[in-house]
Amino acid sequence: MLLDRSQQSVTDVFLEDVYSIPHGEKIKECIQCGTCSASCPTSYAMDYTPREVIASLRAGLLDRVLKSNTIWLCASCYYCTVRCPSGIKLTDIMYELKRLAVEFGYVQKSAKAAIVSKLFVDLVDKNGRIAEVPLVGKFFLKTNPFAALGMMPRAWKLFRRGRMPMIPNRIKGAEDLKIASENLEITGVHAGAKEEKT
Amino acid sequence: MNFSYYPGCSLEGMNKAYDKSARAVCDALGINLAELNDWNCCGASAYISIRELRAHLLSARNLAIAEKEKKDLVVVCPSCLTTLTKTNHYMAENPKLRQTISKALKETELQYWGSVKVRHLLEVIVNEVGQNEIKARIKNSLKDLKVAPYYGCQLTRPFGEIDDKEFPTILDTLLTWVGAKPVNFPVKTKCCGGMLMMTNEDVALGLVRNLLECARENGAECIATICPLCHMNLEAYQDNVNKHFGTDYKIPILYFTQIIGLAFGFSRKTLGIEEELTPSKALFEKHLEVIR
Repeated sequence: MLLDRSQQSVTDVFLEDVYSIPHGEKIKECIQCGTCSASCPTSYAMDYTPREVIASLRAGLLDRVLKSNTIWLCASCYYCTVRCPSGIKLTDIMYELKRLAVEFGYVQKSAKAAIVSKLFVDLVDKNGRIAEVPLVGKFFLKTNPFAALGMMPRAWKLFRRGRMPMIPNRIKGAEDLKIASENLEITGVHAGAKEEKT
Repeated sequence: MNFSYYPGCSLEGMNKAYDKSARAVCDALGINLAELNDWNCCGASAYISIRELRAHLLSARNLAIAEKEKKDLVVVCPSCLTTLTKTNHYMAENPKLRQTISKALKETELQYWGSVKVRHLLEVIVNEVGQNEIKARIKNSLKDLKVAPYYGCQLTRPFGEIDDKEFPTILDTLLTWVGAKPVNFPVKTKCCGGMLMMTNEDVALGLVRNLLECARENGAECIATICPLCHMNLEAYQDNVNKHFGTDYKIPILYFTQIIGLAFGFSRKTLGIEEELTPSKALFEKHLEVIR
């Protein structure tokens, strides 16, 4: 029998998910050298650097990481991943933390990247593809309509160059894909889910 | 050479110029690109940040269609490259994930056996076409146009299948073949900020500034890009960088396919040049024999 995710601690769910990534168990081998933090182009602006993320996990303080701006500042450049001497896939771990922050309700209002990601998912689920104009438009309406005004000059320049197609392309298989996606979420066993512990 | 071609969402939208120039160059080189039938979003960074399994399903659907078309898949957006390659690898390495995704694919009447290779256009041009064929098609010598070769992150990271993960040279090589002169560009694989330009503009502008400054210091007359998102951040936000930092960068940003296309004598219209927000006219007057 499978344990319901909501009945487990967020740390347990996190580890279960991370171990399902190929070579995910390498996270146990972190030597706290800080190569990840030093390689990260945005760590200077993070509440907790990538090294501190793993330190927090070990200290049982994952919740503070999930609330922090750290995970939403990861731009997926993969420098940490390719440089880690222990082979830890830090970028995949950041993705996992983003998902857990959303799933367990830790996302702070200031995390704009969470808003844009959710809009992105909605649009793709609807059409099968993403159209940039509706994505950017909805994002600014939701976060800062005044900033949208400031963007008008650039938008106009892009429009004049034919770079602002308004109508999203919908793929033929969108409906099938949507049904399969939804079923995947309901019945699909998470790739890393384990049998109930005895 | 026949391939299924995956343009990706960005090339349908704000970055059509990349699509236009890629198709023109491939046409000239005998690379036959047939657009992947009814392709969908690859499940890029923003998607996998919310939904993991669905993201793999999105990629797997594209791979399954390519397998049905019995061709390898050529992509141009490095982010699509990484996402599709990741699903390809993770499905091969994790049987549970493979089962779960295969079951979902079946509902869309598709199946994927794992036979498709995902390749980037840059690597296909260099490795499949090669130097002699490319040099034979040159109509404009480019007269040693000094180019900063910018690779960005996801062409070589995390998988490193195309070239060195941190200091690739494949674009430098190609630029040399078409008569351009790649300058020393130590930040060639540094991050442009990607989607952070929308959500954390201050951070992203700083990263773009580092790239522009390095290009200028090394005497580059333009920057060659491979990624539609890097391209966008460098050209459409160059003005913002100048406003934010009080700088005066005016560096033209061109897709690598546009630079090859210019060398092959295509018109600027065919290549979608001047659709970018950084003017590049002066460049052509200086470096092209025939301006079309």
